[in-house]
Amino acid sequence: MAQHPIEIILLQQWASMMNVPIWITDATGDLVYFNEPTAELIGVSFEEAGEMPAADLSERFVLRDLDGSPLPELDRPLVIALQKQEPAQRLIRMRSDDGTWKVLADTAIPIVGEGNRHLGAMVLLWATDENHT
Amino acid sequence: MEVIGADGSLLVLDAGSGLARLNSVLNPCPPRVDVLLTHLHMDHVQGLGFFQPLFDPEVEVNLWGPVSSTMNLTERLARYLSPPLFPVRLRDLPSVHPIDVRPGNFTIGPFDITADLVIHPGPTVGYRIQEGSRSLAYLPDHEPALGGNFPREPEWTSGYDLCRNVDVLIHDFQYTPDEYVSRQGWGHSSMPQAVAFAGQVGAGSLVTFHHDPDHDDATLDRLHEIDQAPLPVIPGRAGLILEV
Repeated sequence: MAQHPIEIILLQQWASMMNVPIWITDATGDLVYFNEPTAELIGVSFEEAGEMPAADLSERFVLRDLDGSPLPELDRPLVIALQKQEPAQRLIRMRSDDGTWKVLADTAIPIVGEGNRHLGAMVLLWATDENHT
Repeated sequence: MEVIGADGSLLVLDAGSGLARLNSVLNPCPPRVDVLLTHLHMDHVQGLGFFQPLFDPEVEVNLWGPVSSTMNLTERLARYLSPPLFPVRLRDLPSVHPIDVRPGNFTIGPFDITADLVIHPGPTVGYRIQEGSRSLAYLPDHEPALGGNFPREPEWTSGYDLCRNVDVLIHDFQYTPDEYVSRQGWGHSSMPQAVAFAGQVGAGSLVTFHHDPDHDDATLDRLHEIDQAPLPVIPGRAGLILEV
């Protein structure tokens, strides 16, 4: 496997030290890392889950809108960040690996390196409720 | 540091205080000089103002170096080559051409060159220089351990792709392990990290570089007594000549 860009390497190192759930994808949307607070949130560690193609990611961690209806792919913050290279945020429901549903503030930020290189995206997840309290 | 090709083509690697010594060597000066800058910290550019070819209208001087997110190389270099830091402005130099370097490949004469960003504060590249089947990689300022849990998988190691299986690796060798503890994030390697990196990428040999100014020659001699290195370790020193 080719070496990750250093921006992604450094981002992974930073994320590993944060107490905020963070996951990182490459420019194609494939999952390359998530940190321990994310693991607690979704019920599986990165060591168990491993890197994941984008298609498997959306199958394994199902997202719904707050009312429970399917969330169109183009409305997902991560997809917006990857395709439009702009930040996006939305309250969502996510099904954890253990089958439970959680309400999360899902914030995705594109990772754009020097020279406008689109390198991937970072997702911050924040456990909340429907009133965002 | 100079790299001289089989046909006499010349590359100069960085432009620190030692660059002025090249003035007497380049006599006569070739019509073209290419200087590859890894980054613009003062210890890597301070020699430019004292490099005679920059002031010679008969010599084409190409300065290759990394850009920042908002400034090209010309703008970045001009912060040094302009008053009050230097009396001569970059724009007044007769035949000097700053060339922006971004990750990727380019050719200078017989040399195929690859540049890639490496971990060091500010935009910093390493260079891989290939002529025919022989290769040299130059990473004078590099802190691969800042990527976490070093050494780790190649895909998570800064500089891995650039240096993989290189014949000669010139690499940052600044700190002892004890010194590194309080200097994490400064952008430099400890000596064991440099050796580990060189072994991980499969380099043919490691030339140690960027010695700490507080390490005298006796200290450096002692620190180079390395047990069981996975490859030949050559102490870098002024005047060293290597055939790649």
